[in-house]
Amino acid sequence: MGLLSNKNKEILTSPLSVNNPVVVQMLGICSALAVTSKLEPAIVMGISVTAVVAFANVIISLIRNTIPNRIRIIVQLVVVAALVTIVSEVLKAFAYDVNKQLSVFVGLIITNCILMGRLEAFALGNGPWESFLDGIGNGLGYALILVIVGFFRELLGSGTLLGFQVIPQAFYDFGYANNGLMILPPMALITIAVIIWVHRSRNKELQEN
Amino acid sequence: MAKYRCKVCGYIHEGNKAPDVCPICAAPASDFEEVKDEVAAQKGINRDSNVYTVVYASVMVVLVAVVLAFTSQSLRSFQKANEDNDKRQQILRSVNVSVPAGEAEAKYNELIKDAFLINAKGEKVGDAQAAFAGSEADAYPVFVANIDGQTKYIMALHGAGLWGPLWGYISVDADKNTVFGTDFSHQGETPGLGAEITKPAFSSQFAGKQLFKDGSFKSIAVVKKGKSAAGQDYVDGISGGTITSQGVSAMLFDSLKEYEKFLTSKE
Repeated sequence: MGLLSNKNKEILTSPLSVNNPVVVQMLGICSALAVTSKLEPAIVMGISVTAVVAFANVIISLIRNTIPNRIRIIVQLVVVAALVTIVSEVLKAFAYDVNKQLSVFVGLIITNCILMGRLEAFALGNGPWESFLDGIGNGLGYALILVIVGFFRELLGSGTLLGFQVIPQAFYDFGYANNGLMILPPMALITIAVIIWVHRSRNKELQEN
Repeated sequence: MAKYRCKVCGYIHEGNKAPDVCPICAAPASDFEEVKDEVAAQKGINRDSNVYTVVYASVMVVLVAVVLAFTSQSLRSFQKANEDNDKRQQILRSVNVSVPAGEAEAKYNELIKDAFLINAKGEKVGDAQAAFAGSEADAYPVFVANIDGQTKYIMALHGAGLWGPLWGYISVDADKNTVFGTDFSHQGETPGLGAEITKPAFSSQFAGKQLFKDGSFKSIAVVKKGKSAAGQDYVDGISGGTITSQGVSAMLFDSLKEYEKFLTSKE
């Protein structure tokens, strides 16, 4: 079996679209709403979650045959919590400003349902390499939605992208105003709902009757 | 009891034979393969025994603790440097000097001539190091800055906003009455509303306002746009951030009240 056989490609790419953790499986919604009022924290959050899911998947997959069945959830939690703490410490040391914006949400990666979902459903029953790909795929699928939501919320809510002004001053002179609602949590829900709508209408097989 | 894994979705079934259809993805029994407990089978370890579980948990906890302690120790100096620079940036912003984090330390050393802790009676109780470390019980930091040859006193503020703590720095001229500049920070105020207190549009309003009226301490009020406050100087609050604005107002009064003796002393 090659490193990127068809099955592995499927593992890596299906969470990006047809099996997306956020818009199809509805996991990790809470943090997707909370950190997307600006693009930069959304990107950092996406990268952090990807790193944590990928490595947690690999570690759990490596020790899956030794984990006592009765405390397996606890073992998963400990692995995830340790990784999240490390990510949080690294961010504090090398990306201090972003860490301040993400505040509690880095710590709350632990409770991100995507993590436990992937560990329980995939890493416990698959080898390290497949688990790594699965973690990367799901992390990126999550990050993708965060970035899309963050892009629209920052653009329409603040008129900026990554902190740079992109809507020219001339627009404001004509009476254009930033939509303050975009940076509040309700619009994150509505934005995700719109993404789901578009996504479902392009993928008929996902539609429920 | 044997375990069977669905090759389609990874579902693990426990039983004596594979299920007829997978409960998750409805794959037929032929898509199930038996999962063998290789390690346990080879070594003859019972993975469900209490001893194994307890030992496993203990070893895991110790390992994780070692890894985390090591990470924390090795990154500590970077984090401390970041926190200190962040604080220096805040202090410098209160005297209207805005520098990137990398230059904060040099600029801080250039502009801040002295720092000390004072108590509520206005007596010095700590040195520059203690002042930078922050407020202690009944001891409040004062930073003395020299901007273009003029002395400015910077004082620390602590209060509460809508969602969490607020803090900031306020600088006054050598007369210890006229505000020179302010800087506010917050932990979790609403972005776009309460969080706007960190923007210069809000904090620059304070320049030139006076803390004392007719010799008595009044602080500066933050009021709803268009309203006024009798007998004291005031600035406009943030629309939609009423609680945060009130928090700033209360923070200014409560924190500066502790500095009253220092502000009225002549030295």
